Amino acid sequence: MFRELGKMVVLFGATFRALPRVLRYRRNLFEQLFEIGNSSLLMACVLSLFIGGVLSLQAGPLLAQRGLGSMLGGLVGASLAKELGPVMMSILIAGRIGSAMAAELGSMRVYQEIDALRTMNINPIEYLVLPRVVAISVALPCLLVFSLLVGCAGGAFVAAFNPEVAVSSAAFFNNLRSTLELRDILHGLIKTFLFAVTVGVVCCNQGLDTLGGPRGIGRSVTKAVVNSIVFILVLDYVITRMLLPLTKASMAGGF
Amino acid sequence: MTPVPSAASGVAIRVCQLRKSFGSQVVLDGVDLDIRPGEIFVLMGPSGSGKSVLLRHLIGLETPDSGEILLNDTRLEDEGIRDRFRLAMVFQSGGLLNSLTVGQNVGLYLSEHRLKPPEEIERIVQEKLALVHLGPGDALKYPAELSGGMKKRVAIARALVMEPQVVLYDEPTSELDPLVAVTVGREIVRANAVTRATTLVVTHDRDLAFGIAHRIAFLGGGRIVEVGTPEAIRSHPDPLMRRFLSADFTRD
Ligand SMILES: Nc1ncnc2c1ncn2[C@@H]1O[C@H](COP(=O)(O)OP(=O)(O)O)[C@@H](O)[C@H]1O
Ligand SMILES: [Mg+2]
Repeated sequence: MFRELGKMVVLFGATFRALPRVLRYRRNLFEQLFEIGNSSLLMACVLSLFIGGVLSLQAGPLLAQRGLGSMLGGLVGASLAKELGPVMMSILIAGRIGSAMAAELGSMRVYQEIDALRTMNINPIEYLVLPRVVAISVALPCLLVFSLLVGCAGGAFVAAFNPEVAVSSAAFFNNLRSTLELRDILHGLIKTFLFAVTVGVVCCNQGLDTLGGPRGIGRSVTKAVVNSIVFILVLDYVITRMLLPLTKASMAGGF
Repeated sequence: MTPVPSAASGVAIRVCQLRKSFGSQVVLDGVDLDIRPGEIFVLMGPSGSGKSVLLRHLIGLETPDSGEILLNDTRLEDEGIRDRFRLAMVFQSGGLLNSLTVGQNVGLYLSEHRLKPPEEIERIVQEKLALVHLGPGDALKYPAELSGGMKKRVAIARALVMEPQVVLYDEPTSELDPLVAVTVGREIVRANAVTRATTLVVTHDRDLAFGIAHRIAFLGGGRIVEVGTPEAIRSHPDPLMRRFLSADFTRD
């Protein structure tokens, strides 16, 4: 466990040091970006729509009963921007992209493609890991913005058409605009970016570490996804705890 | 039997008392080898005897526990050895990058290191592919579309692009039918004749070994049991080698 953590830190360090050379690998980078967008945009859309919807469905009646229905927009927006968006999108990407990264690097390891790169004096970290980690770190925050837009639409839709909530779209978005601040979104973006780097490094590390032939690839993929999710959820608490004082100065103190 | 190339541009490889263990398993237990510049040297031995591990040491993918490897009297781990000598390896499974076309695979070394302009790379790729009897159309295929024999030939072409002084082959004919194995064996001999690179072939394919080798070494028990010409090896009295070289279905 700690050895693995150490390996990840080393891999992260090596990737970070290679960062200035990322433009040399722009072909690989664009390939990865395209791949991520292509395979996750639709899923992100569906997922966000329903998360926004279920937030309205859960919170809407409770607020409406107390005559606070007009506050629903801000609640849904803030939840999506600061918590659910970052976590759900990161988990989605871990399952969709991280697993593919682990599988691809794992099979490259098993079928000696990585050894072949090394014999050609091509650094596998620069050639394979760097473009993947950069691509995921760029794409995931973009996906958060997208998810926020779609999620709010889903929330507004349920708010308007569920008879127990019955908050008009106009009221929903008015409240959203007045409550949701730029720094809330920034909070979410910072989180998402850190999750993205984590997912990228965890999954690439797991892929490169694949042992034991083709069966090892399956093990690596499972481990990559599970570890990513664990890291996301643990980091989520830690980062939130650190960012909270910046977002809401009055709430500092306590756990 | 092919004649030993005379004017050799290959390098001499000397392995001295190489030892390597994985955990408690001793794989190489003091290997000594002397490989002459430009020759085709075949390393034979039973499965699991450490042939691949020895090759991986030569190309720098493993570091020895003790002992050393010299290329023309320069230690392999010395600074800048990669600038002085180019070593290429043809992996057992080919090691072709599945995400790239054949042409991109073959040209990868040149394109990644920006050694040549793209048109020049294109030309060199075609030239090397032709050398292993692959046509211009094959350059656009992906590795998954190739047969085992073609993959091996592409891997050989990719190795030759580096203009190596040493080419290492790991089990080049495993997974191939006998006819294709013969053609791959011929490609190895031809590549050796054209490039004059020191060629080390690891195999347990007896036909290949006796067909292409200038000299053969036999690895067993973590050491070199014997080195000699194919004739000398064929008639060697060592019991392990006798069993290995004469095993067939009718006897025993
Ligand atoms: N990276 C490794 N870790 C642990 N054991 C290894 C490793 N590489 C090879 N071995 C072991 O070394 C022995 C020799 O392997 P190898 O060189 O592949 O044999 P072969 O002569 O068939 O090519 C095998 O028993 C193998 O299990
Ligand atoms: Mg082997």
